Amino acid sequence: MLTFTLRRLLLAIPTLFVISLVIFLLVDLAPGSPMSEIPLTVPPDVRRKMIEALGADQPVFVRYVLWLRQFFWVEPATLFDGWFGTNWAGGEQRILSWQSRAPVFTIIGQRIPQTLTVIGTAYLVGILIALPIGIYSAYRQYSLFDQLGTLFAMIGFSVPTFFSGTLIIIIFAVTLGWFPTKYDTNLHVTDWASFVKQLQQMAMPVMTLGLANAAVISRYMRSSMLDNMGMDYVRTARAKGMSERVVVLKHVLRNSMIPVVTVIALGIPSIFGGAIITENLFGVNGIGAALIGAIHASDLPMVQTLAFIFAVLIVSFNLIADVLYGLLDPRIRYD
Amino acid sequence: MPDRAAPVLDVKGLKTVFRTRGGEIHAVNDVSFHLERGELLGVVGESGSGKSVTMMSLIGLLPSPPAEIRSGSVMLGDLDLLKITPEQLRNVRGDKVGFIFQDPMTSLNPVFNIGFQIAEPLRRHMGMNKAQAKARAVELLELVGIPDAAKRLGDYPHQFSGGMRQRVMIAIALACDPDVLIADEPTTALDVTIQAQILELVKELRVKLGMAIIWITHDLGVIAAIADRVMVMYGGQIVEQAPVKDLFANPQHPYTRALLKTIPSLTGVREKRLQVIEGQPPIMTTAPSACAFRARCTHAFDRCEVENPKRHGIDRLPLGQGHDVACHWVAAPVSAETAHV
Repeated sequence: MLTFTLRRLLLAIPTLFVISLVIFLLVDLAPGSPMSEIPLTVPPDVRRKMIEALGADQPVFVRYVLWLRQFFWVEPATLFDGWFGTNWAGGEQRILSWQSRAPVFTIIGQRIPQTLTVIGTAYLVGILIALPIGIYSAYRQYSLFDQLGTLFAMIGFSVPTFFSGTLIIIIFAVTLGWFPTKYDTNLHVTDWASFVKQLQQMAMPVMTLGLANAAVISRYMRSSMLDNMGMDYVRTARAKGMSERVVVLKHVLRNSMIPVVTVIALGIPSIFGGAIITENLFGVNGIGAALIGAIHASDLPMVQTLAFIFAVLIVSFNLIADVLYGLLDPRIRYD
Repeated sequence: MPDRAAPVLDVKGLKTVFRTRGGEIHAVNDVSFHLERGELLGVVGESGSGKSVTMMSLIGLLPSPPAEIRSGSVMLGDLDLLKITPEQLRNVRGDKVGFIFQDPMTSLNPVFNIGFQIAEPLRRHMGMNKAQAKARAVELLELVGIPDAAKRLGDYPHQFSGGMRQRVMIAIALACDPDVLIADEPTTALDVTIQAQILELVKELRVKLGMAIIWITHDLGVIAAIADRVMVMYGGQIVEQAPVKDLFANPQHPYTRALLKTIPSLTGVREKRLQVIEGQPPIMTTAPSACAFRARCTHAFDRCEVENPKRHGIDRLPLGQGHDVACHWVAAPVSAETAHV
């Protein structure tokens, strides 16, 4: 298992290099200029100087190599310096956002907590709802509960979040007035009252995304349970006199969780990716919103860095899913 | 000879029906038999004859729905297994009645080690703690002939061969010293040499532990090797029942005779094709009102079309104790219907 993990980690290095190059070139090829949001009244030679100051006039490969150095050396070193008070980075230039001139990682550091609180909670809620629904639907296949579960999953699957989100806003914020329509990023949880407020403003985006996530995962859980319910070892467990609880929640569930855990692990990068539509809909100023803003402003370093971070997350969670698979299923030994 | 006084298992008038979208399937039709203490009862019949369903019905292992047990009684000692609560039935399963299934490759849970799987019934039925269950599991593995038992407890099913897995299954079935062991085609999925080993093992364990065994198979060779008594099933009914020597020496039912003819001979020149019984076993959509075998029977006559034959003894012994057959064509001995020794 350790050899497998190490081999996969080594293999990830060339993969990520290729991905970074493709991202860099693709983003660079896209039309638009960092000056597109600068007023037209600014004279051309001033514009040229601004572009030079940003380094945007350099050839793409020079910028790529510089970016690689910044991403893999300067940024980690700066982070390390920040923690331990050392001076590894030596005041070198960090990756700067063209739009705000602030270091990209500082912006990410501000946005990530927003995204994780809302989208991460939605994912967690989705899983917690989906697993019991999937398990019980499979145990009582074709029962009323199962039919309702199927309906729920179909709605979650087929209704896009911009529609269900709007519907939820109309019902809970406009008509019932329970929750605020917009998410307040500046709210800090300091006491009970602000905590309740935070819960209230999280409720609607979490509902919207939780529904979509729960739909997908509950279907996986159900079909995986059904695959296993009919297996011979289930009959063996019953023949041993084990209670239904033990049969279903131990023998069947342990086997059924193997593919589901993989699906859940593979879905985690999408939390960091932020649900762009949902974040926009509810005004959550998270990482998804940052990406959209950067694309609008042709803020290439920001877009490239964010896209590459998502790529790193996807590659890492693929590896994590594989390792989990091996841990859960004794038949799989990678060495 | 087995003790005739108290059968360990006594089944009377068992009827099992599957309710499907296409209507009802009468899988087990009025089956009665008993099992003496320490006896090995062979149950033969081709696929779909109701052998397995009968035995699964006894102990509530059929999924319900679609299965439904319509009537009958299954007395295990003085407990009627069809009347007790599901919880009481679970207390019987794996404790008083052990099971071995056909396919050892899939009968064990792939994600738990075998030590855990053997310990499960021990902890549930015998109330053992972890250490006691472990010690007993080692004992059991040694009993079924798995070398290095203590070391293998932590191994997973995929680390065992098919024959070894079936030994593990036997160890699980024997864990709580059952009165009855039901073996549902336990050697069908194994190759011949492993099959011989498993048969030897069961023979040996029978003597050692003295339990009664119901052995389901469609292999008459296996039956000849180990059974005391044989039940031939067809269309969810018992069509012939006799001590093993009687059945092979003097088969009565046309179906039994046809089955025996299908065994290929090992000696002499092979001059003709293997014998087969033409046709398929019936799918019983209603309770039988005619002989289930009539369509494939070479001796069928008018009465077979209108009346389902009842079992009748051919040797003046009570039903189930001697040789009996359910066939119109086989003449009953004079006054056989009323004969009670």
